[in-house]
Amino acid sequence: MRKFDSVARLRAAAVLLLTSALCAAAPAFAQEAPDAIVKRVASDVLATIKADPAIQAGNEARIREVLEVKLLPNFDFARMTALAMGRNWQAATPEQQKRVTDEFRALLVRTYSGALNNYRNETIDYKPLRMSPADTDVTVRTLVVRATGSPVQIDYSMGKQGDTWKCYDVIVGGVSLVTNYRDEFNNQVKAGGVDGLIKTLADRNKGVAAK
Amino acid sequence: MTPKAMWEVPSKPSDSRSRCHAATLRGCVVLAVALVAGCAMGPSREDPFEPSNRVMYQVSDAIDTAVVKPVAQAYVDVVPQPIRAGVSNFFNNIDDMVSAVNDLLQGKLDKLGDDLGRVVLNTGFGLGGIFDLASMIGIERGNEDFGQTFGVWGFPQGPYLYVPLFGPTTVRDGTGTVVRIAVGGPVGYIPNVAVRNSLYGIGAVDLRAQALETSSMIDTAALDRYLFIRNAYLQRRRYLLYDGKPPPEPEEP
Repeated sequence: MRKFDSVARLRAAAVLLLTSALCAAAPAFAQEAPDAIVKRVASDVLATIKADPAIQAGNEARIREVLEVKLLPNFDFARMTALAMGRNWQAATPEQQKRVTDEFRALLVRTYSGALNNYRNETIDYKPLRMSPADTDVTVRTLVVRATGSPVQIDYSMGKQGDTWKCYDVIVGGVSLVTNYRDEFNNQVKAGGVDGLIKTLADRNKGVAAK
Repeated sequence: MTPKAMWEVPSKPSDSRSRCHAATLRGCVVLAVALVAGCAMGPSREDPFEPSNRVMYQVSDAIDTAVVKPVAQAYVDVVPQPIRAGVSNFFNNIDDMVSAVNDLLQGKLDKLGDDLGRVVLNTGFGLGGIFDLASMIGIERGNEDFGQTFGVWGFPQGPYLYVPLFGPTTVRDGTGTVVRIAVGGPVGYIPNVAVRNSLYGIGAVDLRAQALETSSMIDTAALDRYLFIRNAYLQRRRYLLYDGKPPPEPEEP
């Protein structure tokens, strides 16, 4: 009898848990949560890369194509560029802002596709996200576990835009991508104005080596 | 060795296995002056010696390109991956012992438990550290070192320094490295000099090999590699000092 009791109680608890989970999940159907977006996009991109024979053979153009379609729409490159430029963003004309953003975007895509070329069977752990419905800015934390070497923590800063969320910074092992470019961008603008920065970025994208 | 910004190699912040020294002493002497002067220098207050550091970086980069990097690349090409993983694990296990000492010095008892558990498990059942069983069952590495301990004790970071063949550091981290070298480790007790020095050499090559992907990433990403490495290093150290939860940085005026 005692045994039956505990089974029944367990069942009741399970039903309760399930119901509350469904209730909690309900608003998410209307609007995908930021951690769900990161998880969906990352799984999708990595699964595609693993399954694509051209990419496995080292075809970088094909990697870029996959990124362009699946990954990049989830990034807010204008915001990333504005953050990396700091005060200089306001001083730039809208035309300059657009050109810096385009070149910076191209640089990041080149870097990222190169890094993905080295991708070998890493697995990603997604840490639970605590957020309230009113939040418009959250950090989604993940841990990339590699075959060799220590796991790397990769966090995504996500900002709400209307009904969806877009990533505006990636923090790898505590190193923020956007922050890392701040001094470099600032120096370029100091030396040659915003046009100097655009030229340097464009040169790098054409394969001219950095100093 | 170098360049090894901490971009993707979280396990080795200020490298316990490399050796450096003179620059740290010099740095200590000028620390007080630099801290005062640094306040007025705006963006480079963390790097008051930027001009001489850049020269050191150029020298280091030339040696790296000519010698160190090719050796590390050859190591990766010739030695099979499972063996390289064993080598990394062996040296990581020694670093975990050092981490445990620093957990104690910082009063972080939960981390101390993890690091000691890791060392006992990996040394005892992982063939002297060649297999990282602890990571397989999810015991994370503490990643503490003497530089972080000095930070927890309230020592200022001091100027940023670039030391040839060693890489980025600060006065505080460099002092930590000097202490680390003075403390030594199990490899130092090996009586056969040839074996001992070979192990040190392999340790150095292993470090540079682990940073190969990172350094090729920096070659693509950086507009100015010196600045890119400096900023990544300082961000990474700050993150480690605060155990992965750094407070927001004060806004630049």
